[in-house]
Amino acid sequence: MNMQARILQQVYRGRTASIGFARGPFVRIAAAPNGKRAAGAPDDERRAIRAALDFAGHQLSSLASAVGGEGSQILEFQLALLEDDDFLDPVFAAMEAGTPADAAWTSAFDEQIAEYNSASDEYLRARSSDLVDLRDRVLRALRGADELPQLPSGAVLCAEDLPPSQFLEIDWSSGGGVALLRGSPTSHVALLARARGIPMVVQLGALADGAQTALLDGERATLEIDPGVEQIENFEKRRERHRKSRAAAHAILRRPAALWGGERVRLLINIQSAEDLDHTDAQYADGVGLMRTEFLLGQQAGLPDEETQYQAYSAVLRWADKRPVTIRTFDAGGDKPVPGFTETGEANPFLGVRGLRLCLARLDVFTVQLRALARAAIHGNLKVMFPMVTSPDELETARTIFKGVVDGLQAGRVAAALPELGIMVEVPAAALTIERFKASFYSIGSNDLAQYVTACDRSNGALSKLSDPLQPAVLDLISRTAQYGKRAGVNVSLWAR
Amino acid sequence: MLETSSKANGLNITGSVRLVHEVGMHARPAVKLTKLAKKFKAHISIRASDAAEWTNAKSVAKVMALRAARDSIIEIKATGEDAEAAVAALVNLVAADFPDSGP
Repeated sequence: MNMQARILQQVYRGRTASIGFARGPFVRIAAAPNGKRAAGAPDDERRAIRAALDFAGHQLSSLASAVGGEGSQILEFQLALLEDDDFLDPVFAAMEAGTPADAAWTSAFDEQIAEYNSASDEYLRARSSDLVDLRDRVLRALRGADELPQLPSGAVLCAEDLPPSQFLEIDWSSGGGVALLRGSPTSHVALLARARGIPMVVQLGALADGAQTALLDGERATLEIDPGVEQIENFEKRRERHRKSRAAAHAILRRPAALWGGERVRLLINIQSAEDLDHTDAQYADGVGLMRTEFLLGQQAGLPDEETQYQAYSAVLRWADKRPVTIRTFDAGGDKPVPGFTETGEANPFLGVRGLRLCLARLDVFTVQLRALARAAIHGNLKVMFPMVTSPDELETARTIFKGVVDGLQAGRVAAALPELGIMVEVPAAALTIERFKASFYSIGSNDLAQYVTACDRSNGALSKLSDPLQPAVLDLISRTAQYGKRAGVNVSLWAR
Repeated sequence: MLETSSKANGLNITGSVRLVHEVGMHARPAVKLTKLAKKFKAHISIRASDAAEWTNAKSVAKVMALRAARDSIIEIKATGEDAEAAVAALVNLVAADFPDSGP
């Protein structure tokens, strides 16, 4: 392989919206219809928009009946908007005043879209892409624009964002994947992709033009365009590993109340947000083993306020009812930079101010999260876990701050409780001296632990053999922690990606 | 979850109910509610948690704009010939957490 070919191969990183792997032709599609249309007299404009609305309505209803289930429910919202007089009246009023049909239609939406985008509720913000979907469908009808190009089978589709109705129009029966430059893991289209098992990576940023083929890895959230032989081989290895672990997980999932050696095996699920609980497999769960909270960062301008966080945490606790829910405090830094929060310019961010270290350095952010957690704690069985703990002092400092937050809330007559506190065991120093950490539970993060024990960057494929989490040194630390936990009566859990 | 019964208030029939839906009054619940409301001739208004303004219960855009969170109290008010049935049906729909086979 010559130098030039090497330079052309590029890896882009985004966020996972749906797990899975896709390898195929790379197809880029334009986001919004463009082109102008000549406006007619007000009467003609009215006729034109009526026809476009009817056409869009027919398209949506036939699509809804063809896809059924979840997909059709999502389209129902768009259909309902088409039949909403309160929504359509301003469009006709503007046209009465001489505005061309497409301009009147667009401006009615732009206001609504801006309103949805400014909502504090993440779910509501994600609905703005449904509005864009409907807006563009009617515009296409109005402008007589072409429909979507025919996609080659198994293609990796790339767009700014992908409206749900377009996703549903594509035939995914022979696989494929979606790579979005923007988009959100909580959008309707992400939900559809997860339901269909189509890999989707969002928020990839800008991409180079003119790519022919692509590898999409929904697990690592990467897109590789025009990959070389070596990249393809590595990709196929990861795909195979993923397939095996999926098969094993499914076999376990279908077996309710599993009994292994007389012990009840508890199945806990890991989630990003309350919306993940809509997943059909969630009902099998005995609780939420890990709720990450980083999704709350970087969703909107600035860091999330107490109320936003409180809503997110309490929604999950209420869903879980009496079942345990473990929420991990912000684990930013390392490979998860957050503007305005994480340190910039660290030479080695994996060994830098990340996890609990960062939270203790940024009490302005940390105490807001602790307040939200303390308030949510009264709604269920909450456990809070601190990531990247190195020394017992850090745990004790965090505990003291947390207690102070709870006392402050209660003094102000706000219902709050101090949840059980546990730590992530991912720094070798913690695993080696585990008996010094007075935590209610230990959770071993085997990926980071392996990375730190073996001194191997886990994203560096050339080191994948050395950094295997099943490395004897890693297993030794895991069993050390587990044995101490058993002796001391501290619950120990292990999780790996 | 049905908190108060409907009461005749001149020509207005009102009812209120706690929203138990997991994510609040979002797309799917809003679609179901407006679809049901449109089956009645009565003029039906809705508001959430003592908001000053009433809004049209037959408009999905308006109902979404309530941004009613879980546990908020939804009030429904109707006037017209089938007002009583409309309020009862809508209150039931919310109380039953928007079942798939709606009334």
